[in-house]
Amino acid sequence: MSKPVKHQTAAVVIMKRELSAYFTSPIAYIVTGLFLIFSGFMFFSTFFISKRAELRNFFSMLPVMMSFFVPALTMRLFSEEKRSGSIETLMTLPVTDFQAVLGKFLAAFIMSAVMLVPTLAYAITAASFGSPDAGPVIGGYLGALFLCAAFSAIGLFASSVTKNQIIAFFVAFAVCILLSLISMFLVVLPAPVVGFLSYFTADTHFNSIARGIIDTRDLLYFVSLTALFFGLTVKAEQNDRR
Amino acid sequence: MIEVSHVSRTFGTFRAVNDISFSIPTGEIVGLLGPNGAGKTTTMRMITGFLAASGGTIKIDGKDITADPVAAKKKIGYMPEAAPLYSDMIVDDYLRYVAEIQGMDFTEKVPHLCEICGLKEVMHKNICELSRGYRQRVGLAHALMNDPEILILDEPTSGLDPNQIGEVRALIREIGKTRTVIISTHILGEVEMLCNRVIIISQGRLAADSPTSELRERYGHSLALQITAGGCTPDELVKALTSVDGSAGATTASTEPVTGETKLASAIVSVKGNAEIRPAIFKLMVKEGWTLYELTPQRNSLEDVFRALTTGDAAEAKKEPVTKEAAK
Repeated sequence: MSKPVKHQTAAVVIMKRELSAYFTSPIAYIVTGLFLIFSGFMFFSTFFISKRAELRNFFSMLPVMMSFFVPALTMRLFSEEKRSGSIETLMTLPVTDFQAVLGKFLAAFIMSAVMLVPTLAYAITAASFGSPDAGPVIGGYLGALFLCAAFSAIGLFASSVTKNQIIAFFVAFAVCILLSLISMFLVVLPAPVVGFLSYFTADTHFNSIARGIIDTRDLLYFVSLTALFFGLTVKAEQNDRR
Repeated sequence: MIEVSHVSRTFGTFRAVNDISFSIPTGEIVGLLGPNGAGKTTTMRMITGFLAASGGTIKIDGKDITADPVAAKKKIGYMPEAAPLYSDMIVDDYLRYVAEIQGMDFTEKVPHLCEICGLKEVMHKNICELSRGYRQRVGLAHALMNDPEILILDEPTSGLDPNQIGEVRALIREIGKTRTVIISTHILGEVEMLCNRVIIISQGRLAADSPTSELRERYGHSLALQITAGGCTPDELVKALTSVDGSAGATTASTEPVTGETKLASAIVSVKGNAEIRPAIFKLMVKEGWTLYELTPQRNSLEDVFRALTTGDAAEAKKEPVTKEAAK
């Protein structure tokens, strides 16, 4: 990590390759398509009944949906390379583990953010029927970006510890869904545990941002979750060499 | 310039590479030989920085591969065994991608390598659609992308047809004039043809390291002659040949039928030192009234040396007569 400029370029080259791999194969279209079907159903099934111009329903289900769809995007990033052996051609090029992980992380993050772009249509729909509060919509999308980053890092880590994409998917899905659903289990747990565990709930932190309240504690939660799993992925890659 | 000193590598409790040291100066083509599982690929992976050594140091032009991996890797072009490439990419895109990572100008580099490696017809094909030979060539183009001072190729000619093998060998020879090349291979003839130097690894240890020409003399054994004669039984032939002046013994060998000859025998005679025994054999044939169908000098091939160095088991070597001579 001596020359940051060179870092950038190698990571960006890897990112571009991963992004083009998403779009030249059917993965991007299938995952985005399914995501839109599910999220569209979430949004429109209640939109006309509740008669409120807002995206609350869509955003409230977003952590659970992302728990499924982000791992589907990230599962192949490292495990596919390990299975085919192409990791050897990649890691013997003049790149560091950090650069390789960064490139793949950025690709996964951008890809999952791209998946959200068509959902802006829901905001437009809401705006055409009423005047939704801008705060929760902007906050929701901002929170969604943080959620994408954190889940991408989790997915990337799961992908870096196994050669099997299916295992990578389920490990990432398990971690993400756990973080998204802890809050539901909190009611049955004793009070001291609840206080502690509530720090880890992805959906309360997300919902807090999605209400339009930008609290540094929520941002810090997602940033540290991303950094933690990013660091673990770099470590896992280095361990493969040991 | 590659300096490998006291390098070891363990996988759990298994010692794949055990205290190997060698140094390779620029402009040498080195063949890395060894049976399967001897540690060739592990050694190559450590030199290229894909695996860290458990002990010892590896320096590429003075740059330590673990301390300064990016600087060291910049000097290396590496093609792993079977060339594992991104199968979902088009060849042209793939080479551009490699050029970008290597920080090379792809508008100049990619057409140049396409020319050298003969990739013109497949430039716009998906890598997964390529035949083994073309894949191998794309791998070679990948390895040559950064004009490496050190080229490391793991079994570069496996899976190629004879014409392609010839081309790849010519290419390696050309590159080897100015740069360092390490190739690993199972084809011993290839080593004899290409390499100035041979490093043999057996069970993770360095079994031999010497110039190809010296290897045969140093570890191999004297000349042998294959003889096929008509008009005698194998036993007669062997007995007669053993008694020839300068012969170090003879053994029977398999015979290929000769038209019009029913009584045919073959034998292999080992020669003592550098003695010339061919005139004596000719005279023997004349004296006995036998017909000489074949008199082929068998230089002790690298194969015998390889077998002798990598198989400790003498009983194993006795199975074949030629090896028996070599194992003595």
